[in-house]
Amino acid sequence: MTQLDPRVAMHLSDAAVSVELETPDMTLNIGPQHPSTHGVLRLVARVDGERVEAVEPVIGYMHRGYEKLAEVRTYAQTIALVNRIDWVSGFANEIPFVIAVEKLMDVEAPERAQYIRMILTEMARISSHLIFMSSYPLELGAATPLMHAFRERERILELIEGVTGGRFHPNFNRVGGVKPAAGGGSATKKLIQDLPAGFLQQARDAMDKVLTVCDDLDDLVTGNEVFQARTIGVGVVPRDKALEYGLSGPNLRASGVGFDLRKAEHILPYDGIDFEIPTGENGDCFDRYIVRLAEIRQAARIIQQAVDRIPSGPLQAKVPRVLKVPPGQAYVRAENPKGEMGYYIVSEGGRVPYRVKIRSASFSNLSILPWILENQLIPDLVAIMGSLDFVLGDVDR
Amino acid sequence: MNFWLLLVIKVVVILGVVLPAALVVIYIELKVPARMQSRIGPYFAGGKYGWAQPLADGLKFLQKEDLVPDAADSSVYKLAPYVVLMGTVGTFVIIPFGPDLVARDLDLGIFYLLAISSLSTLGVLMAGWSSGNKYSLIGGLRAAAQLIAYELPLVLAVVGVAIQAQTLSLNGIVDAQASWEWFGSSPEWLNIVPPYLILQIVGFVIFATASLAELSRIPFDMPIAESELTMGYLTEYSGLRFTMFFLGEYAGMVSLAAVASTLFLGGYWLPWVGDDVLNVLGPGVLLTKVLLLSFIFIWLRWTFPRLREDQLQTMAWKWLIPASLANILATGLLKVVF
Repeated sequence: MTQLDPRVAMHLSDAAVSVELETPDMTLNIGPQHPSTHGVLRLVARVDGERVEAVEPVIGYMHRGYEKLAEVRTYAQTIALVNRIDWVSGFANEIPFVIAVEKLMDVEAPERAQYIRMILTEMARISSHLIFMSSYPLELGAATPLMHAFRERERILELIEGVTGGRFHPNFNRVGGVKPAAGGGSATKKLIQDLPAGFLQQARDAMDKVLTVCDDLDDLVTGNEVFQARTIGVGVVPRDKALEYGLSGPNLRASGVGFDLRKAEHILPYDGIDFEIPTGENGDCFDRYIVRLAEIRQAARIIQQAVDRIPSGPLQAKVPRVLKVPPGQAYVRAENPKGEMGYYIVSEGGRVPYRVKIRSASFSNLSILPWILENQLIPDLVAIMGSLDFVLGDVDR
Repeated sequence: MNFWLLLVIKVVVILGVVLPAALVVIYIELKVPARMQSRIGPYFAGGKYGWAQPLADGLKFLQKEDLVPDAADSSVYKLAPYVVLMGTVGTFVIIPFGPDLVARDLDLGIFYLLAISSLSTLGVLMAGWSSGNKYSLIGGLRAAAQLIAYELPLVLAVVGVAIQAQTLSLNGIVDAQASWEWFGSSPEWLNIVPPYLILQIVGFVIFATASLAELSRIPFDMPIAESELTMGYLTEYSGLRFTMFFLGEYAGMVSLAAVASTLFLGGYWLPWVGDDVLNVLGPGVLLTKVLLLSFIFIWLRWTFPRLREDQLQTMAWKWLIPASLANILATGLLKVVF
């Protein structure tokens, strides 16, 4: 090595670089405050230029201790908690919990209540997937689909609000049925209050609009060359890896596994409804997108059929005024928009559960991140993360 | 006239044209996507149609605290936005707004233009490096890679025009477009000259694509890439310096659109009118074309997602550069044959 000018040598030692060209890895902290981490996920990434060598997800920033909170609350109070787990599909979170309690108490909701549950679950699914349809192109840089998808989502949320009184957090299910619709007033208290007037027709109209916006999204996003270049063949999850990591919901189906709890378990009256389970072939980001788009269409089909054949009848089964759940345990899982959501409830008798374990879809879906993000580029990291469509509230609980 | 006095007048006039034009483009950027996304956009500022929104935004930015991070290389950090703005405003020196309305008609106009417009990338690189932020650093590096990949097709696309016009002066190119004739024998009244847009359509498409990359606009906005790098090299900037970058981006759009209009769309020229009239109408004609091109840039931005860095490089080296070389070859051959 030739003798260096002392001033240069001083600078070199200052900057802690050697004279040979070295390209050390850089540790990049992505999040917890970052535009595309869907909340407060933190990724500690070791990057070599644009290439991500390894990623360690750090979760827990959103931990609210719902499992512990449920142990000191009555079952009815817990319903208000569980719809805050995955806040973009609040209604769908209540279903498995309520049905688990019903199973423990051995009651069954009347058929009309079950149909209302099914319609609102599918509406929650549409609204959750529409959020994906808006946020995913946005993460890839296209801002326009956001507005189109959100416009229709707003229509769905208004319908949900009309029935339940809440846009995001309906708190509408009761053990043994659903809550009679709000707005009756004391004079009509004795009457059975039901769905708001004109709801069924509004739901039909809204589904037409949703199907229209699906076509718009096909034009705007699906066929977009740049979108395809960014997603096709990116973040491939093969079938066996998807099963290994416990993926569920659209992420699993995009890898070619046609498993859907709506068909596999009969906790809501999906039997009589004609719908398909869309699956992908390659398990790449594009398939995860296309499966969700197809699921919106299928959910709209389900709602269209359900509003036609919703039976009349009571909304509530006979349950005691103070809920006392007999000792026992139950695990009920349902197809949440994000995937499989389940509640394992252990009761020792009495008004509060002994233990509630929440199995949330996003947590398992997120667990594949270190494997799938290895040796990807930073732009693909964002594309893959977005395509897995997790909600941090659902991850941390 | 006194040299210095003339210089001051020219600088003031150029700034008086460029900055308001940039504000108009910002306004289009607010209103057009609003229409595309079925919303209204700015509505209240200025009384009607929210016309004063860009001004109001600028005023707001002026009041914000001008932060310099501790880890930043403060002098470079502070200088960077002005370098960016300088590069874009500098191009207007040679843009002809009319037969006589040009600050300086350089014989090597195109050469000067391509040289000075790459200055702004230097500013971006300075910003990325000096911010002391990893995201900024990656953004700055991306901008540098983008510059190398896209300066080449940009230059090569312009070479076709230069061969066609047989001059490097921008005034000369406008004149050459104006004096081109259909088959040489058409009557005077039919002499609606096809601009180089038609003869150099390949060159125009390449130039427009490379301009988008040069401006770091979607689908080539990887140096900023909000969803990946938060805001890339802009992450740490705030207040007045951010305004400079912001203005620089849109002034850059105006300047590249003006260059494209001059090279490919006939610049200030109108058929059937003499030079005296053109000196009056010319700026209006040119600005109309500039706004039209800016509208197309904005339209693309709100339609496409962002490409990936390696896809951009592939596109530049595998498609645009061979295509522009083929364009030069074809132009040269046709020039020799006819």
